[in-house]
Amino acid sequence: MKALFLALFSVAAFAGEALSGAVEKQPLNMSAIIMFLIFVGATLGITYWAAKRTKTAKDFYTAGGGITGFQNGMAIAGDYMSAASFLGISALVYAKGYDGLIYSIGFLVGWPIILFMVAEQLRNLGKYTFADVASYRLRQTPIRTLAAFGSILTVILYLIAQMVGAGKLIQLLFGLDYEIAVVLVGVLMILYVTFGGMLATTWVQIIKAFLLLSGATFMAIAVMAHYNFNFETLFATAVQMKETTSIMAPGKLVSDPISAISLGIALMFGTAGLPHILMRFFTVSDAKEARKSVFYATGFIGYFYILTFIIGFGAIVMVYQNPQYLDLAKQAIDGGSPILGGDNMAAIHLSHAVGGDFFLGFISAVAFATILAVVSGLTLAGASAISHDLYASVIRKGKADGLMEMKVSKISTVILGIVAIYLGIAFEEQNIALMVGLAFAIAASANFPILFLSMYWSKLTTRGALFGGSIGLLTAAVLVVLGPTVWVDFLKHEEAIFPYKYPALFSVTAAFVSIWFFSITDRSENSRKEEEAYEAQYIRSQTGIGAEGAVEH
Amino acid sequence: MKQEMVDRIKNDPDFIHLVKTRSKFAWTLTIVMLVIYFGFVLTIAFDPSILGTPLSAGSVTTVGIPVGVAVIVSAFILTGIYVRRANGEFDELTARIKSKAKGE
Repeated sequence: MKALFLALFSVAAFAGEALSGAVEKQPLNMSAIIMFLIFVGATLGITYWAAKRTKTAKDFYTAGGGITGFQNGMAIAGDYMSAASFLGISALVYAKGYDGLIYSIGFLVGWPIILFMVAEQLRNLGKYTFADVASYRLRQTPIRTLAAFGSILTVILYLIAQMVGAGKLIQLLFGLDYEIAVVLVGVLMILYVTFGGMLATTWVQIIKAFLLLSGATFMAIAVMAHYNFNFETLFATAVQMKETTSIMAPGKLVSDPISAISLGIALMFGTAGLPHILMRFFTVSDAKEARKSVFYATGFIGYFYILTFIIGFGAIVMVYQNPQYLDLAKQAIDGGSPILGGDNMAAIHLSHAVGGDFFLGFISAVAFATILAVVSGLTLAGASAISHDLYASVIRKGKADGLMEMKVSKISTVILGIVAIYLGIAFEEQNIALMVGLAFAIAASANFPILFLSMYWSKLTTRGALFGGSIGLLTAAVLVVLGPTVWVDFLKHEEAIFPYKYPALFSVTAAFVSIWFFSITDRSENSRKEEEAYEAQYIRSQTGIGAEGAVEH
Repeated sequence: MKQEMVDRIKNDPDFIHLVKTRSKFAWTLTIVMLVIYFGFVLTIAFDPSILGTPLSAGSVTTVGIPVGVAVIVSAFILTGIYVRRANGEFDELTARIKSKAKGE
């Protein structure tokens, strides 16, 4: 069970398997390249427009705070609908049927929780980064350092996963060399972020989300039109093709309760601890727009997951056993009916089956655009942690001027971009699902507990947050190393010391318990002051009195 | 924020009412979402055959399909319920608290 659980996770987790193994280069796809060039041209135009409007640090980090709830909802959905989740989840449905739906639901249900618990409080308390909120009434230097460390670590792990996935995907779709693909993504991302800041990043994300949703909608409708919009006929044909009804019922994805709960916690709290997602809440003017953002985002993401389910089944009926997409070389060795490029290409082949070469080019270009948009958001979040948390708050003790801070942020973007290119090439052969797993585990176990308790628990002290956050981070990292992903798959030991792939249930508990313990045993003068400051913070978090105003664009 | 203002808002009946009703509402919805999701996942963990039952005799479509879609839709509806009330009732209360805090 565990092995399958793992394997499934690695397929679906932002397109693991086929994208992390060796892939063969495809012939140059001209229509894809032309459409991609149009996208790049348009987004560089937006960057130029945004650059003229990005004058202050506030513009750079939060697009001036003038993004509407609808736009931000679309951008959040865009951050979440990475190319890997589009290809990975439809591949999981294609391979396992119903399990793909179960998996995608896990990614969605964190959003309502974010809305009910943190979205508006975050907007009311913070300025540019989630560390603003975590350190609101605690000692700046230690808490900012820890939060920045947690952010940068999450961002880099996630960035490696996206870069490696991007390289593989582009190699497959466009027929470019892996290194060229990674460098191209890195350079474009640096351009968007350094010149256009959050405004350009947000608009790139919105456009891509629109293109991805349109493309996926077209595919789903085209599939359904084949079956007169009758799901029963679609499912019946799929079952006939696969010669098994197992695709219509839960398979092996979740079969023991501990893994089920741990995965749920990782996805839920991890989402609520991802710095690039949290940062989006500062781009809207007030709590009202922050709430609307989550409402729209949940709608778009939920709709998208329903589409990927239909697309997965569409691929079963139109791509599976279709000689056009069969990988004959692989079939000769392994048997079965493998498709060209592996299961992750199921949605791509389906786009060809329903819309010919032109639509294949469109979907390929959208997949590339998606990667660009997601890495830009990640890099901006990482750069903000460096410039706003480490430089302005820790090194300059809050006395840095805005322009200097923005400059540091831009330099950090370039450095992060170069680091991402380098690591993307260095980690070419690594399992990217591992990186994503680690990123979610750290976000859930270090970032989220500190953020949540800083908002809701008056007795939280600097010592508690520092010890508890560090313990959460270390527990997550150690359990991942001792777990099946690293210990068995990577270090090739016989059996894992820690049996579960997802440590969240244990590491999140460890974080909360130790934050509680080190806070209540903290009798320092400082901790008393921190508790006293809670009241004023609570009033601001609940009402928004004293929160940053907005700028209209 | 000055201590005097903190004390004033803290004792404002509107503020007390806002915080109490909103946190109760938010926690209720959170628990509903958790029950729906973990109910779904634990059903799969303990007895997957429930969701694998055909919708009607002879159909290929299983109970799991509408249930899965319902979980997705429920997440969206729950956020809608919260946003509707928060952007209406709760924001009106907040506006009142704010104007009192500034005015008096």
